[in-house]
Amino acid sequence: MSSGMSKIVKTMTGVTFPLMLIFGLYVILHGHLTPGGGFQGGAIVASACAMVLIAYGSVWTMKKVKEKHLSILESLGAIGFIGVAGLGFLFGVNYFFNNFLLKQDVIPLFNNVGTGASNINTAGVIPLMNIAVGLKVIAGLFAIVLVMAYATHKLKGGEK
Amino acid sequence: MLTFQIPYLAVAGLIIIGLYAVLFKRNLIKMIIGITLIESGVNLFLITLSFREGSVAPIYTADATQGTLMSLPVPQALTLTSIVIGVAVLALMLTLVIHIYRHYGTLDVRKIKEDDN
Amino acid sequence: MFEDLLTHAPALIVAIPLLGAFLTPLVGKINDKLRNIFAIIIVALNSFIILLLSYNILAHESVKLAPDLVKNGVQTYIFGAQSANYPVARIIFEVDGLNAYMIILGAILPLAAIIYSWSFMKDETGQDKYYTLMLLLTAGMLGMMMTGDLFNFFVFLEITSIASAALIAYRTNNKFSVQAAFKYIVISTIGALFFLFAIAILYGQYNALNMAVLANSIQYGLLEKIAFVLFVVALAMKAGIAPMHMWLPGAYGRAPASVTLIVMGTTLGSFYGLLRIGFTVYGEHLISGTNLSIALGWMLVGLAILTIFVGVLMALRQNDFKKMIGFAAVAEIGYMLLAFGAALASVYQDTAGAVAFSPEGVTALRGGMFHILNDALDIGLLFLVAGAIYYVSKESSLNKLGGLARNLKYTTIFFVIGMVAVSGLPPLNGFASKLMIYQSTYAINPILAIVAILASILLLAVFVKVFYAAFLGPKLPKFDKVKEVPISMLIGMLILACIIIFIGLFPNLVVENVVQPAVDALQAVLDNTNNYIAAVLGGA
Repeated sequence: MSSGMSKIVKTMTGVTFPLMLIFGLYVILHGHLTPGGGFQGGAIVASACAMVLIAYGSVWTMKKVKEKHLSILESLGAIGFIGVAGLGFLFGVNYFFNNFLLKQDVIPLFNNVGTGASNINTAGVIPLMNIAVGLKVIAGLFAIVLVMAYATHKLKGGEK
Repeated sequence: MLTFQIPYLAVAGLIIIGLYAVLFKRNLIKMIIGITLIESGVNLFLITLSFREGSVAPIYTADATQGTLMSLPVPQALTLTSIVIGVAVLALMLTLVIHIYRHYGTLDVRKIKEDDN
Repeated sequence: MFEDLLTHAPALIVAIPLLGAFLTPLVGKINDKLRNIFAIIIVALNSFIILLLSYNILAHESVKLAPDLVKNGVQTYIFGAQSANYPVARIIFEVDGLNAYMIILGAILPLAAIIYSWSFMKDETGQDKYYTLMLLLTAGMLGMMMTGDLFNFFVFLEITSIASAALIAYRTNNKFSVQAAFKYIVISTIGALFFLFAIAILYGQYNALNMAVLANSIQYGLLEKIAFVLFVVALAMKAGIAPMHMWLPGAYGRAPASVTLIVMGTTLGSFYGLLRIGFTVYGEHLISGTNLSIALGWMLVGLAILTIFVGVLMALRQNDFKKMIGFAAVAEIGYMLLAFGAALASVYQDTAGAVAFSPEGVTALRGGMFHILNDALDIGLLFLVAGAIYYVSKESSLNKLGGLARNLKYTTIFFVIGMVAVSGLPPLNGFASKLMIYQSTYAINPILAIVAILASILLLAVFVKVFYAAFLGPKLPKFDKVKEVPISMLIGMLILACIIIFIGLFPNLVVENVVQPAVDALQAVLDNTNNYIAAVLGGA
């Protein structure tokens, strides 16, 4: 686990990793139109990152990704979620989780309601919250897998 | 009529096997697998409740007309929340098992003593 | 002036610690002391808003701060909509007298714990995650105590159990902490999954998750009885009622002392969940005076007596300081369940055909309610003292301690206050609530009162033994150089001790103004205007 697998596996992982990333981000962004959303797409991207961890080995991955960067990314995702929820106070009606971007003309983003897979620019605040939740889930699940790999690597470190 | 009861029988089977694994197995990892089985059973029960006969998935597509029967969307959200909580609990339990193995050297429940006397 | 704040107070109480928990890692990267001060400011702000909200709901009509927010003693807050029209598909926070009483705990305990942990945790690593998890645990506990929706209750229950398991295993180099946390999370997860199963049964029958809507339309068939049994078992597992109490002394005893304080708050929160589901959701059918519900009351009384016995007898044999206090905590939860079970068993139907609690039943309800607050304060103070002794001497076994009273003067005074309060001696607060419990259970059946008084005497004996072993006695040479504990720990203990002494000197004031509205909210289902349901569904 600590030194990765053979050359063939590493090359194929390098080819398929961007495809999995794009698919996961597609699922996150289209959460208000097709099945999916924040957690589902985040789990797909986190599995892609776990695949990289297994193929390239934990030593190489931990040199590229530090745990504290993941912690900051996770906090940003969470603050984005609560911030968007609380922003509703500025726009009219006073309650939390106010879908304030829907059906108004001041900010021309995300204002209508639409159907079909090509209308990303719809449904108010929901895509922004999906992105925030997706960011948090990617950072959180990848941090869990990374810390477990590090712990097992230290556990067997004396024997190898 | 039996075809509509199969999900409920599956739920009962999963929960009973999960409880058996938690109560009667000695290895810590097998206890965790038992908890995962109980959780899968409860999630299956939640999602079976949203079924209506002859319905389609509850997504607005360009060709869904008014009056099409859709299955209930609320239990899908409940099941998703439950799956997320299950993932977090599983991660925490596995981390604790790693620490227990490092301290005690064994995964047998009978040998993990509680205090020094 | 407080009108705007009080409109949004139910949501702010949960949102402020949550936001603080997510900002803490970022603040911690800048400076360590800044992060500690940030955590204390967030908890103090939160406590202030909680006390305002509680005052507004519990106070009399003429002295309320914002009277038109509270209709008939209930304030609702709807997430994501203007008003809760039927079909109710929103998440609602509904704060009535019972909730306003329970969140006072959430105001006092986290404040004392976080001030205490400024010095207590000074030498440990990973303090960023400690403060994040403590604030997350506070948010989860307060959400659990205020929500009016069953699935939301489950989500907050799981948030608190995950955060507490991570905090109980905080000292990962101590092998007993890790295995206590594993035991805690296995039992907690199984309980929560059964709770979810019962919610799914009720949802399948009634297509509603809101507690008020369910209370309005619930029948008493076989499926609802099964769901009720699952609810009681799951919440009793989390509250530490025998025979499911095995995790409690280990988890309370091996966690750092400030963590135990807030975990005790969540245990009482699960006990509150039991009350809410029993008396409000199933209220019509449970408080009905039929043979089935009286038998149910007696069964709860039987479990409570078992809990008291197990707690006190196991506490006598312990050598470890914190585990002994943990077993005393188990016995105290037995007292609360005894009061509520006896009240349920004393329901009768009077001549006009209306159902009512007998007068002893009402006293038992008041005693049990009052005991929730007193028990949290007393046992919390004892745990903080135990933490102080561990900080000073790094020992937790009674065989190796001795003669500490010469060096730790203030800690000894706090321990004496805690000991007198837990055993129910006058003039502190334990006496007031335990006297009400003894009085009411004696009238229902004398044996219950005799068991309760005996258990109190045994608890006093246990704690006097601890006092003698740890504080009095000859001075041990290895404790020559210990000094008094740092001042932030003393302030944490002082907050709890001052409230204990205040409640002890003026129990009437507290019972009439704070406990009585909570008990009225429990009995609300008996009269025709059920305020809890009317606040959501509109109209009597």
